[in-house]
Amino acid sequence: MKGQLILIPGRSSKQGVGLNKGKLKEEYIRVTTTLELSFEDAQEIGLETADIVKISNHIGETEVQVKVLKEGKLPVGYAFIPYGPPSSCLFDGETCGSGMPASKGMTIDVEFIKKGVKKKTVLPPRTAVS
Amino acid sequence: MNNEIRIINGIVFDPTNNIDGKVVDICIKDGKIVSKVSKSAKVIDAKGMAVMPGGVDIHCHITGPKVNLARKLMPEDHRLDPHFKTPNTQSGSGGIVPSTFATGYRYATLGYTTAMEAAVPPLTARHALEEMYDTPIIDNGFYVLLGNNLFLQSLIAEGRFAEFKEAVAWWLNATKAYTVKLVNPGGDEPWKGHKNLNVKSIDEDSKATDIAPRKVIEAFIDAVHELGLPHPPHIHCNNLGHSGNFDTTLESMKTAGDRRLHVAHIQFNSYAGEVGKPPKSASKEITDYVNDHQNITCDVGQVMFGKAMFMTADAPLTYLLRSYKKEKWVNADTECESGCGILPFDYQGMIYTHALQWAIGLEIFLLSKDPWRIVLSTDHPNGGSFANYPLVIKLLMDYEFRKLAMKSVNQKAMNSTILGELKREYTLNEICIITRAGPAKCLGLKDKGHLGVGADADVTVYDMLEDKEEMFNAPRYVMKAGQLLIADHEFVSDYTDKKVLRVAPDYDKEIEKVIKPFFDDFYSINYQNYAIQDDYLHGLGKVIGTKKKNSIYEN
Amino acid sequence: MSAASKDIKIVNEKIVENATCTFCGCCCDDITLTVDMDKKVITKAKDACVLGKSWFLNHVIEDKPIARIAGKEVPLDDAIDEAAKILMDAKFPILYGMSDTVCEAQRHCAPIMDDCGGTIDTTTSVCHGPSGMAFQGVGEPTMTLGEVKNRADFVMYWGGNPAEAHPRHFARYAVTPEGMYTPNGKDDRTVVIVDIRHTKTAGVSDIFLQLKPGKDFELLWMLRAACKGVDIPNDCKDICGVEKEVVEDLFQRMKNCNYGVIFFGMGLTMTRGRHFNSGALMALATDLNEFTHFVAKPARGHGNVTGADNVVSWQTGYPFGVNFSRGHPRFNPGEFTTVDTLSRKEADAALIIASDPVANFPKPAIDHLTSDKCKLISIDTKNTPTSEAAHVSIQTSTYGINTGGTVYRMDDVPISLRPAFDSPFPSDLEVLTKLRKKVNELSKKANRPYATKKYM
Repeated sequence: MKGQLILIPGRSSKQGVGLNKGKLKEEYIRVTTTLELSFEDAQEIGLETADIVKISNHIGETEVQVKVLKEGKLPVGYAFIPYGPPSSCLFDGETCGSGMPASKGMTIDVEFIKKGVKKKTVLPPRTAVS
Repeated sequence: MNNEIRIINGIVFDPTNNIDGKVVDICIKDGKIVSKVSKSAKVIDAKGMAVMPGGVDIHCHITGPKVNLARKLMPEDHRLDPHFKTPNTQSGSGGIVPSTFATGYRYATLGYTTAMEAAVPPLTARHALEEMYDTPIIDNGFYVLLGNNLFLQSLIAEGRFAEFKEAVAWWLNATKAYTVKLVNPGGDEPWKGHKNLNVKSIDEDSKATDIAPRKVIEAFIDAVHELGLPHPPHIHCNNLGHSGNFDTTLESMKTAGDRRLHVAHIQFNSYAGEVGKPPKSASKEITDYVNDHQNITCDVGQVMFGKAMFMTADAPLTYLLRSYKKEKWVNADTECESGCGILPFDYQGMIYTHALQWAIGLEIFLLSKDPWRIVLSTDHPNGGSFANYPLVIKLLMDYEFRKLAMKSVNQKAMNSTILGELKREYTLNEICIITRAGPAKCLGLKDKGHLGVGADADVTVYDMLEDKEEMFNAPRYVMKAGQLLIADHEFVSDYTDKKVLRVAPDYDKEIEKVIKPFFDDFYSINYQNYAIQDDYLHGLGKVIGTKKKNSIYEN
Repeated sequence: MSAASKDIKIVNEKIVENATCTFCGCCCDDITLTVDMDKKVITKAKDACVLGKSWFLNHVIEDKPIARIAGKEVPLDDAIDEAAKILMDAKFPILYGMSDTVCEAQRHCAPIMDDCGGTIDTTTSVCHGPSGMAFQGVGEPTMTLGEVKNRADFVMYWGGNPAEAHPRHFARYAVTPEGMYTPNGKDDRTVVIVDIRHTKTAGVSDIFLQLKPGKDFELLWMLRAACKGVDIPNDCKDICGVEKEVVEDLFQRMKNCNYGVIFFGMGLTMTRGRHFNSGALMALATDLNEFTHFVAKPARGHGNVTGADNVVSWQTGYPFGVNFSRGHPRFNPGEFTTVDTLSRKEADAALIIASDPVANFPKPAIDHLTSDKCKLISIDTKNTPTSEAAHVSIQTSTYGINTGGTVYRMDDVPISLRPAFDSPFPSDLEVLTKLRKKVNELSKKANRPYATKKYM
């Protein structure tokens, strides 16, 4: 079960709340390791909410948990993830002379790893330094 | 450390104390001019040099929100004019809108030690004070924009003048300002609320507040007179920049009656001709009025060829000027208080209008009979950078040079003026008045602009050179509050204890109850978070006392 | 300062009125805090949003050392000496962050880099840096947020998600408040959202345009062309995913409103096109002034990132990405911006203030920042991946909660903070004042080239 998607990292209020509690704390880690997929893509690739997947590109790879959204919330072919260490793993350092890395819209491979437990699953804390 | 200095052998110009080019010693102790110092005082031999008080700029735009927007707008301009770090000073960027550090140092290298920021909206006055703290050496103060304040306009419209005066005093205290600034009074509301319109006459009712600019001007002149501020309302008249606007300017001055009024950059308001057509000079009409009325003071706003930056609370004017070249443009509306327009500009001698503006400014200088009430300014950076001051001085002091300069610009413009017939040459004493003694008097700064005992020891020593531009471009010594900053043209120390000049007129605390509901309804910040705390003066604040006066000649 | 903060009867409970929340760029200054002075925690944050509540209520004084070098606790002055020495000895020192501290502290940053010939950059470079560059190119008609409240009858959000990033933006400033010429609040306004995702923000809109990803510039340019009288193309839907009729209707509304405003977010600056997107939007707002009064404003993120922009601009002339190695400020995004100086492995010392690049920078940049090629100094209020990876780590008190000072709201309006309770940790201002002094001493001894007269 594998697929290719375009990743859009961004802010979310949960990520903001988690950030205040502490970046090394459970809530922030859980929020920033949740990948949102469109209903259609999830079906196509064969993924369900709570699945653990590996996302990767030419820069790096990381494991995240899937959350499948309702139809129409996200365009087909796109995935969303709150900013955090996992999304950083996939950013390229090239800024095209602007100082701004292309932090939205990078192509990623999504690969199923294992079934996860809904909601309270916490991945082992990972350091951003790989 | 010994903080005494004795300047010997210098040719002293101190018009306030009637010293015109006489060799006398100047003694300095504890930051002030004193009558004598001890033998251990540091001696500066100023033989063959001119000793003058530090320069006072009565009208420039150097700190605050709009200045910073303009700074951000011009990286290409900064890059051409870096300001290097030295062991004693910090680095910065120059150009038409220099960074704060560079601004302070560059004023000092012209011999200026005081400069007043001419327009700050109350809501962002904290920003101006913060930048002043980062502008080294020069004493600052600012004029707060109240002429388009919707709450104050509503009080005028309802005829509540007693409350109006209290509210003006509250605003001056809340923002730590020096005086009131009126910019195109009544013009903001049509601009912001009626799809970019403007007022056209000082007797026209602005649609939004049913109040004519004349009413606003009158109310502020009255209130400031009653409060006895050291400097009267500082007005940027309606119709600025438009052909035929001298009528508006005359009417604005007449509105003052015999009470004090300062007309800012009056050159921009001295145009004859028809609206929408090329302007003609009305310098004679304007200077005739100013000459005859001791209650009026003004600064010229001389246009100088080269780079400039329009940076004004007169937003409609800036938008109009943008239509010529479609340059990058900034407009910044401040809620309930002000508008703002920013536009990079270039004055070119070949262009009729620009050449005429340049000539009108010079005519005003040369036709004015009382140098004490006409101050040298370029409305920096609107008419050109303050770095042009030495060149303006040369134009005023040297008739032959002026004639040469006239040959190199648009001849049609030159032929339509009387500039060529004006043979007057300013003396060093008169230059000292229009750059120092006069502006200090107009501002009501008793400790500045002169070298009498008790004055602030802000002193500039220039080499006496034939070329007056060269002379005023690089003073040999500059002292600020008795500290030697520049010696042999180089910085020998930095000075960060500069003062923030302000007023603090008394007011009835009850007025806050009238003002607060308006804030609750229409402002986006809390009333309690609006007034500026004393912290923002960083212990550098200096309150100038209030006293009613009808002209600068009354003490 | 604390005119409005008064102690009420219950012992050791303090109420702070009109406090400002510095979590996001809205800087709401109407929060009432209840503080338990015994436990040193804020127990209530009345009127704060979900982000604001978590900002105030989760703040605890942690039991940890003020200063550490290589993980070992040291006196603060030792850490400052070490940091100053690292910065002065480095060939290419950089300073980054500054968006979550007060202007009073930010003001020391550029002079520190001026003295050691380094590079200063703020989080703006990875946020609205491209908008800053676009501003340099085209300018911008803009306003304070109160103007939106009082006048705006057309409000547009483009590529931003304020419902999640600036939760009170709608209620305080732009959508529902009743202002001078908008007495009926939302009924007097048309709210338009342009985004590629149907976010929470889209829920409040009157009109939602779901754009094809990466097609912002195309739609903006169509609207610009429309201002000049060019028709919306028939294949509009194929180009940007929005029906021609919808765009035409949108354009009419923009043209005919009394006071229009567009807020824009990182959906524009972080995607393909970057500053071209922001520039197109600012130019569109400028064009629309031919018809009516129109303004635009980037919706800035962190509490005082706008202040960082302002301070660096007034001190150097440029907003971010400024290098002092030649004895004067030079600006070049892509060269002196932090992602670049790190990804290219140029920086050999990094002073990170109030930000966390180790958690959110691109991987190549993080790799260099945490390698032994780059000495990392961190000044922060919380434990973050950056502070944990740092060689010198200084813990400071939190602005707006423990310390006062000035922040700039996203619309450049400066606001003074009202701190709630003391912290045992020093303020950023205190630490940076000391560091600046130390660096200045060392630089005078170092006798760098600018200390000669050759540049005068």
